[in-house]
Amino acid sequence: MSSWLDKIMPGMNRSNAHQKSTVPEGLWKKCPKCGGFLYRPELDKNLDVCPKCDHHLRITARRRLETFLDAEGREELAAELEPYDRLKFKDTKRYKDRISHAQKSTGEKDAMVVMQGSVQGVPVVVAAFEFSFLGGSMGAVVGEKFVRAVDRCREQKIPLVCFATSGGARMQEAILSLMQMAKTAAALEKLKAEGIPYISVLTDPVFGGVSASLGMLGDLNIAEPNALIGFAGPRVIEQTVREKLPEGFQRSEFLLEHGAVDMIVHRLDMRDTLARLLAKFQQLAPPVLDPAPMPIEVPDEPVS
Amino acid sequence: MNPHFLDFEQPIAELEDKIEELRLVGNDSDINITEEINRLRNKSTSLTETIFSDLAPWDIARLARHPRRPYTLDYVEHIFTDFDELHGDRSFADDYAIIGGTARLNGEPVMIIGHQKGRQIPEKVKRNFGMPRPEGYRKAARLMEMAERFRLPILTFIDTPGAYPGIGAEERGQSEAIAANLALMSRLKTPIISTVVGEGGSGGALAIGVCDRLMMLQFSTYAVISPEGCASILWKSAEHAPTAAAAMGVTAQRLKSLGVTDQVVAEPLGGAHRNPEEMAATLSAALQDNLNQLKQLSTDQLLELRYKKLTAYGPGR
Repeated sequence: MSSWLDKIMPGMNRSNAHQKSTVPEGLWKKCPKCGGFLYRPELDKNLDVCPKCDHHLRITARRRLETFLDAEGREELAAELEPYDRLKFKDTKRYKDRISHAQKSTGEKDAMVVMQGSVQGVPVVVAAFEFSFLGGSMGAVVGEKFVRAVDRCREQKIPLVCFATSGGARMQEAILSLMQMAKTAAALEKLKAEGIPYISVLTDPVFGGVSASLGMLGDLNIAEPNALIGFAGPRVIEQTVREKLPEGFQRSEFLLEHGAVDMIVHRLDMRDTLARLLAKFQQLAPPVLDPAPMPIEVPDEPVS
Repeated sequence: MNPHFLDFEQPIAELEDKIEELRLVGNDSDINITEEINRLRNKSTSLTETIFSDLAPWDIARLARHPRRPYTLDYVEHIFTDFDELHGDRSFADDYAIIGGTARLNGEPVMIIGHQKGRQIPEKVKRNFGMPRPEGYRKAARLMEMAERFRLPILTFIDTPGAYPGIGAEERGQSEAIAANLALMSRLKTPIISTVVGEGGSGGALAIGVCDRLMMLQFSTYAVISPEGCASILWKSAEHAPTAAAAMGVTAQRLKSLGVTDQVVAEPLGGAHRNPEEMAATLSAALQDNLNQLKQLSTDQLLELRYKKLTAYGPGR
């Protein structure tokens, strides 16, 4: 899976390859950005943000939901939906085989997990993309799950939050994946008409059909620091315009500067910030925020 | 090789050249060669029929980009009267890769939006090869909102390789511009008919293609990514484009069977470029027919059916 992603977004998928040799499995992890040794319990507590360089590591959909939602009263929605290879698509591999491989390696049925719950007591439905599942690409299951999330929000008048991380549309579903852009956009327009808030959180990376539909349609578009976000991938742009891309191009900070996102929010502040914002939009009292976490004692680093 | 013909059209080109030569000879000689010309014409017709009865998806993908294929403004000229082109997104620029304006279809006022490619090199460059930037989509949005205000049906014509992958386009929010159009078009209180007349290139096509009725000309294509792009990502080489075109099912016929396209509009023998006037007449009738049907619906019905159509592309079997 890494190779085609690497092609559209070079450097994006390099994190796992060269770490394994130098770092003992389990307790320590090497930061893909600064190369520093990260103590697993500390990293866990820090929500997979490097304590040394503040790099936001990629996390799974389930970990995202577990760390974002309140512990009590979570319910997964549309968990039964499974992909179906309607086109009998085959490139160098069968799409069917790609699906079963991705399902085995991620434990997910497709690239999105949806849960209803609350954040700091504010009721919310949250959709999270699973990047490890075929690059978080959007096919018919992702589109349908997203619309079911919207429907639940409309039924119960509660806000929607989506954590996107995706290479874009799923090529193996061809035109049907393109149509998910229109489908999710149409559903969001209904939500908007009913005055229900939608916050789109863009996490590294978000491109193509996901960026150009549900990703950019939030009442608020929020980005995690230093996430790569755009329509066309950097390599495609470089090949088209034949010039070097500017420093920081398509990073969250670039998007903020160009007016595409409302704010950049650190992962450790995500719960508090979104709860405060949603409470205001919903005419609720200010939420009671989490107490600051206790620091973790870190042992000596391993010698590499 | 005749550069105005594709490789599989070359035998037709040779016959056409021969007919033309004979005609010129016929003009300044006494020999009666009418019979010979007629014989060659019949041969050309049956040859074209044979070649076009068995086109691969990749052949059709190349026909959709044929250098002589009619573009949006050609259809505007042949189908509509009283066209006034309207320019600009009111905040940054006018994008020549998308044209828009008011016109009349058989006397009835409508709003036209369409991608526009150029014929000669300077025109191609001016039109950015039909690849819009955010201001193109924002111009389209502005005109479509205006159409809703004045209750004009919207007719869009799709013909683009895709949205332009450029630095400025990203800086000005290409993703947001496309996304905003998808959302807007899903709720506009006026009928929308979209026709893919050439290439339907991904999000750049869909951004003016959310509609009540989707028509595709017989040799047009519509896909999530170009066959070359798909091939270079999944097969690691653009040379596999013909295979990718077949795998993705980019043709009008295939998309009709998948329920994405509502109607396939037949092209003249040999493709739209062999007889643009005939193509325009057929398309005009199809547009009028669909518009008549949509006008029977109340606004609520129209929007309900559109929402159903848009959310129907589910994971079911």
